[in-house]
Amino acid sequence: MFVAQLAFTLSVCAFLIVPVVLSMLAGLTENYLVGLRSGLTLRWLGAVWAGYRDTIFLSIAIALACLGCTLALGVPAAYGLAKCRPRLARVLEELLVMPVAVPGLATALALIITYGGYGRFRTSWTFILVGHVLFTLPFMVRSVLAVLLAIDLNTLEEGAASLGASFWQRFLHVVLPNCRAGVLAGALMVVTLSIGEFNMTWLLHTPLTKTLPVGLADAYASLRLEIASAYTLLFFVIIVPLLLAMQRLSRPRSAARHRKAE
Amino acid sequence: MRRSLATPSTLLLPAAAFFAAFFLLPLVRLFLVGGSGRGGFGAYASIVTERGHFLALIATLALSAGTTLLTLLVSGVAGVFLQRNTFAGRGLLVAVLTLPLAFPGVVVGFMVIVLAGRQGVIGDVSAALTGERIVFAYSMAGLLMGYVYFSIPRTILTVMATAEKLDRRLEEAAYSLGARPWQVLRDVVIPGLKPALLSAGAICFATAMGAFGTAFTLATRINVLAMVIYTEFTLQANMAVAAALSFVLGAVTWLVLAAARTAAGGTVAAAG
Repeated sequence: MFVAQLAFTLSVCAFLIVPVVLSMLAGLTENYLVGLRSGLTLRWLGAVWAGYRDTIFLSIAIALACLGCTLALGVPAAYGLAKCRPRLARVLEELLVMPVAVPGLATALALIITYGGYGRFRTSWTFILVGHVLFTLPFMVRSVLAVLLAIDLNTLEEGAASLGASFWQRFLHVVLPNCRAGVLAGALMVVTLSIGEFNMTWLLHTPLTKTLPVGLADAYASLRLEIASAYTLLFFVIIVPLLLAMQRLSRPRSAARHRKAE
Repeated sequence: MRRSLATPSTLLLPAAAFFAAFFLLPLVRLFLVGGSGRGGFGAYASIVTERGHFLALIATLALSAGTTLLTLLVSGVAGVFLQRNTFAGRGLLVAVLTLPLAFPGVVVGFMVIVLAGRQGVIGDVSAALTGERIVFAYSMAGLLMGYVYFSIPRTILTVMATAEKLDRRLEEAAYSLGARPWQVLRDVVIPGLKPALLSAGAICFATAMGAFGTAFTLATRINVLAMVIYTEFTLQANMAVAAALSFVLGAVTWLVLAAARTAAGGTVAAAG
């Protein structure tokens, strides 16, 4: 029984990871059709860097800007939600999650219809940023809110207030330090999702504001498979450390919970 | 004590303003534009009245349902197994299974081509075994495989988290009363996993309904709703139709998730 389940799980893992490995190899192979026998090379990576490095920089820049916006909008929002009545907080959270539930295509179309007339906004990278913030904000809010609800925020705040702390002092010295883990987990999630976002960005982009996934779609459609694979390899190099960091963050917390329960 | 300025309303104001300006208002405009075409608000019924759209709707529903069932099956088995057994390398397997979480649809489409395209691995294996090269990347089967590919990472964590909370004593009690393993599975384990299966299944279904990148990359002849919307939009003249269809698609996916959230209770972790 164990062996059968293990075999099943291993084959699922293979299903997920084998194409990743193969595509990384394809990006380093001289000729994909011939295979590994044609030798390994870095020239495809060079071609990608020469042709597409702008998209990589733009994606990273948008992801960092997205992080800044979600921190500025999301952390206070999570704090506000934590202080709300539970029923109201649920309703507000439902609203906030809508851009995640609604397909990116629809959100992007809606944005284009409403703001497409403002030429400078439409052709600027901030247009893409708006879409990314809409999509990632709920993740930041959820992450911080979860941590804030787990600690006894009211007692801590009342304690601080009774000792004479002002709102800012309470926010900076009581609330923020306590939700650090939530902010960190949310930050990783936001950056990772922003770098990989495609559905919205494909509609929102212009030839001058191409992000990494948009460039990837371009490369697949028009260029050699080796170049597209090398491009994918670069994408993996950027995104995999972020994903691994997210996984490591979520593990120690559960270990800590187990320790606390003993 | 002086009433603090930092009431929930002021704290929520920036996010609320942003949300209202860039999401609520555009959605309203989208709805209105959807009704501004030749057919007026009848465009909203075109999803069932117009043959092409209706077929796309059926195809998308079938694809999403199939994806959900397959994914829940795979994630259920693998997730419960990984949760209940500790062995060397378990962490690595979990990491591998959750890695594709942030892959855009483009990359997933490429993965499908690597596996099942004309130079694909599956074709190599089948050619070696049977002499015939199986290529299905550009068909509905390939699309299904791609959808399952990005759905497994999203569902497995939810399943594992709920599996952790299952009360093993209930299963032991069932065994002690003489139940066979498949009966225990059917009557104890699966009902116990129901909240996770519901919420993960809803996310899976909603994501599959709205997925665009994978179908776009595979450029299949089969039209899913997202592709129909895209082609209508890029033809420009059909802005109203694109708007109406995307509004309907958005409403359907949101309703599915909302229903699952109320059925499962508690907040459902939204996936990317």
